[in-house]
Amino acid sequence: MKLIDSALKPEFTSMFDVEHIRADFPILKLQVEGKPLVYLDNAASSQMPQQVIDRLVRYQTSEHANINRGVHYLSETATAEYEGSRRKLQHFINAREDREVIFTSGTTDSINLVMHGYGRKYIRAGDEIILTTLEHHSNIVPWQMLAEEKGAKIRVVPISDAGELLVDEYKKLFNARTKFVSVMHVSNALGTVNPVKEMIAFAHSRGVPVLVDGAQGAPHMAVDVQDLDCDFYAFSGHKLCGPTGIGVLYGKAELLERMQPFKGGGDMILSVTFEKTTYNSIPHKFEAGTPPIAAAIGLGAAVDYLSAIGLDTISAYELKLLNYATEQISNLPGVRIIGTAARKTAVISFVMEGVHPHDIGTLLNHEGVAVRTGHHCVQPVMLRLKVPATTRASFAFYNTMAEVDTFISGIRTVQKVFT
Amino acid sequence: MNSKSLYQEVILDHNKKPRNYGTLDKASHHAVGHNPLCGDHLDIELNLEGERIDNIAFHGESCAICKASASMMTTAVKGKARSDAETLIKEFREMATGTLNLNEDHHLGRLTVFAGVRDLPTRVKCAILPWHTLHAALNSVTTTSTEAEDDPMHAAIGDA
Repeated sequence: MKLIDSALKPEFTSMFDVEHIRADFPILKLQVEGKPLVYLDNAASSQMPQQVIDRLVRYQTSEHANINRGVHYLSETATAEYEGSRRKLQHFINAREDREVIFTSGTTDSINLVMHGYGRKYIRAGDEIILTTLEHHSNIVPWQMLAEEKGAKIRVVPISDAGELLVDEYKKLFNARTKFVSVMHVSNALGTVNPVKEMIAFAHSRGVPVLVDGAQGAPHMAVDVQDLDCDFYAFSGHKLCGPTGIGVLYGKAELLERMQPFKGGGDMILSVTFEKTTYNSIPHKFEAGTPPIAAAIGLGAAVDYLSAIGLDTISAYELKLLNYATEQISNLPGVRIIGTAARKTAVISFVMEGVHPHDIGTLLNHEGVAVRTGHHCVQPVMLRLKVPATTRASFAFYNTMAEVDTFISGIRTVQKVFT
Repeated sequence: MNSKSLYQEVILDHNKKPRNYGTLDKASHHAVGHNPLCGDHLDIELNLEGERIDNIAFHGESCAICKASASMMTTAVKGKARSDAETLIKEFREMATGTLNLNEDHHLGRLTVFAGVRDLPTRVKCAILPWHTLHAALNSVTTTSTEAEDDPMHAAIGDA
């Protein structure tokens, strides 16, 4: 049987039926300005399949109460479902234990948690934190705040013109004062997949912990935090076909236990008197107050959905979309792709001669095509690559080759308007 | 109104061949306007002779809507009294945010080609930036931003 399978065309062996997938996403049936929606802003936020919507409705209609409190039926049900979702997330990223998965409000919140919980406890005056030129503002600003407070210093890994990290330069930044590394897995603006495993191994050889901002990694490739050996991995639910307002911080248990709490409140304590408060164990130590229970359960359903398709299948299909779109856009005169790394996710940032990205975005919207325009919350990248702003098309596994064609013909229309 | 009809001939023409583009040898007032949301910026210089705008020029980095708005603004206010310019600034802002009734008396003339921007809340600031910056220059404020909280021109998106 295996011989026959391998003789089949990749399209058949992948067993990926995009039309079947699209039927799960009600929003994809929408018309925009009288045209079918072509949603290419997935790096900003992805859409939600009916399975996740149904899960949210089921929770809200038959399972909702506050968790970790009541002895009544609903509270027990909600608690079980919430903790069940934590285990789903644990398996999704292959964490050793479920207590290594902390629910946050999103990637930004996760990074801030590490800055406050680890950074404010362990970073001192004169210490150095390594970031990269590619970082999203959310992985720059918290560390700047910390550096200012502590008198620490930020060191920045440079990039090539193609938008790839210069790993040799990264290694040269290390010295005795280096105390932390925070690096994104995948660039939101350019799609560059960073060699985080190699970077983590190097940092560990110097005894330095590493946080990986996985906001753009987790949705597009299988993530194994044990294989990466990262100390922290942060990601958001709404880029993973889940709800907004929920995200995850994975942390090695040993580190999380040593960290100080970020937010104080209910649930994160064991006992409180005015003289002394005893904190709860992880993960609860970092989940003060009533969490977004519905969103956490919805995210569990979202990773079930993605896992059923298979992250490897998703990666392979999205790579086809990327290759096709790259080829098509390269044929257009006056259009230049920004970010040409050898390893990319399905993100295409581009500039067009004589046409501002905002005008491109507005005119593409008229064709039903949703793209992001502007600086993509990465002003240092824009400065380095000498572009004030770009237009970005970011694909997901529910996009089609035909949608790539609509996008390309939309760009041609923009060019016509401006000639 | 759809997004395409904003890109009318007159706007595309002013984008391609902006009027009064550049700098002035003699300027009494100057301001730089920023739109931090997109990184666009615009420099406006003008020379007041008494209460009259004797000359005006602009340059900068911006989208077509912003550049055309700046170009048409300079032609509209050149030679006009400062008070007339302030009236136009007020009316343009009200038109862009959708609070001006175009069927009633106003002084905008051809500037009404920008009326459609009120239906594109993310683009309102592109059209307003030049007017915002002119207002700052006339009031001797040298830098301004579409996001400045205390700015009298601050236009809340979505009140259209």
